[in-house]
Amino acid sequence: MKRLNLPTLSFALVMIYLFLPVAATALYSLATEWNSTVLPEGLTVKWFAELYSDSRFLQAFARSFLLSGLTTIAGILIMVPAIFSIVVYAPKLERLVQLLVMLTYALPGVILAVGLIRTYAGLGIPMILIAAGAYLVGLLPFLYQGIRNSLHTVQAHSLMEAAELLGAGRWRAFLRVIVPNIMPGILVSALLSFSILFGEFVLINILVGGRYETLQIYLYNKLSKSGHIASAITVTYFILMAVITGLIVKFTRGGSAQKEVS
Amino acid sequence: MKRFTSMLFLTTMPFFLLVILFLIVPLLSMINGSFQTDGGGAYTLNQYREIFTNPYYWQAFQNSVLISFLSSLVGIVAAVFATYAITRFPDRLQQRILVITNLTSNFAGIPLAFAFIVMLGNSGLFILLARKLGLDLSQSFSLYSWSGLTLVYIYFQLPLAVMLLFPLYRGVQKQWMEAAELLGASPLKFWLKIGLPVLLPGIAGTFSILFANAMGAYASAYALTTSNYNLVPIRIGALVSGDIFARPELGSALAVLLGLTLAIALTLNEWLTRRIRRDLS
Repeated sequence: MKRLNLPTLSFALVMIYLFLPVAATALYSLATEWNSTVLPEGLTVKWFAELYSDSRFLQAFARSFLLSGLTTIAGILIMVPAIFSIVVYAPKLERLVQLLVMLTYALPGVILAVGLIRTYAGLGIPMILIAAGAYLVGLLPFLYQGIRNSLHTVQAHSLMEAAELLGAGRWRAFLRVIVPNIMPGILVSALLSFSILFGEFVLINILVGGRYETLQIYLYNKLSKSGHIASAITVTYFILMAVITGLIVKFTRGGSAQKEVS
Repeated sequence: MKRFTSMLFLTTMPFFLLVILFLIVPLLSMINGSFQTDGGGAYTLNQYREIFTNPYYWQAFQNSVLISFLSSLVGIVAAVFATYAITRFPDRLQQRILVITNLTSNFAGIPLAFAFIVMLGNSGLFILLARKLGLDLSQSFSLYSWSGLTLVYIYFQLPLAVMLLFPLYRGVQKQWMEAAELLGASPLKFWLKIGLPVLLPGIAGTFSILFANAMGAYASAYALTTSNYNLVPIRIGALVSGDIFARPELGSALAVLLGLTLAIALTLNEWLTRRIRRDLS
């Protein structure tokens, strides 16, 4: 162990600060009674059992999964061909796209929500569709960065030229050569997008409210009712995020290993 | 050639359509709405006049700027040292720590607010612990006031700051430090004369991103205080989604002003970064 200096000390403090809430919530979700004692009186899994048998929770979880999943898939289907075309065939448009990316990145959801309500509320379009559209735009910075980088890494331009020289049509070359090559990048972008959407609260709360109860809205509704149940939800959410982060790391490593080989 | 253009059009059209429908049009409609009377119809500057003259909205801006500035400042100072410590670990460990930091950045919004309730809420873990030790924290601290809210904001600033600062340290090369040491400079002198000036533009840039991040944050504050604590995003949310007291035009004006604040913060950073860099070269 090195001697204790300012960087090491602040590193330790930051890590403790980041971990304490996670640990406290995990402990609380397993505690039988914890109202007056410093440590919980006993440990139990009954809060999790209760939570997982609550159909409202299961529905909220499924809704979150569906909304985030479908939006992510739509995002990939729309953005991959678009970013491919722009990077390979119309680099001049990249500046415009970068500007839009910056704009969406710097724009808080609460501002966008105001504009969306003014534009679309009262037109008879279900607001959940509007929220999904806004999600797609919100994913733009993450999808653009990930897909663009993969395209550059595999040198999409040369790949396309080679494939076309060998007689493949443009669409065929794109689907058979480019897409498989950037698949790790697409997967990482998709997982990142999914995890961002799964934790989204601002747009869904302001635009849709309780009419489409996602996991985050359900958690919000449980906050004042049962601390233990809310802890169990939070822990479930955190574990899901840990799994997704693990997958992202795995695919990123796979991608970089491939690069080393070539 | 024609087939080529049609392919470009076909692949990019859904993307541009999406951006126009869900970004450009709503933003323009919001700006347009901010200059209208309640319920629309006539054009007026009254919404802006109200924000500038009503102490309530003025206070919301003051609170938002204060909490954003403070949480960004604490976040960046802690992260500057902590990230430096990370860069001195072995490579594999560095990667692990970054993954963990990244994971905690997902811990934001409602789950984060709740975790802080478990620790520091009215019957939170640390509040109980302090009571056992004979301290009554409730006099000086409340999670549901600005002091508690600042702690929550600092939490979500930290992972972001570490992840943004980490690549910067790669720019300060080990050889420089060795060279400076050979020439007789102390570590402190090295950091003051070489390290910090090189890092400063990046630190300033990171600070402005943190500031913007906090200014727009909604979920944690909403979960903790509903609408008791007066912050700009909370006011905006209440003005547009409240069914009874909805005043979308006033909300639009507030949103425009919030957007302007963010634009100023980010432009200032850009300008500052360029200035510092020019001085360096």
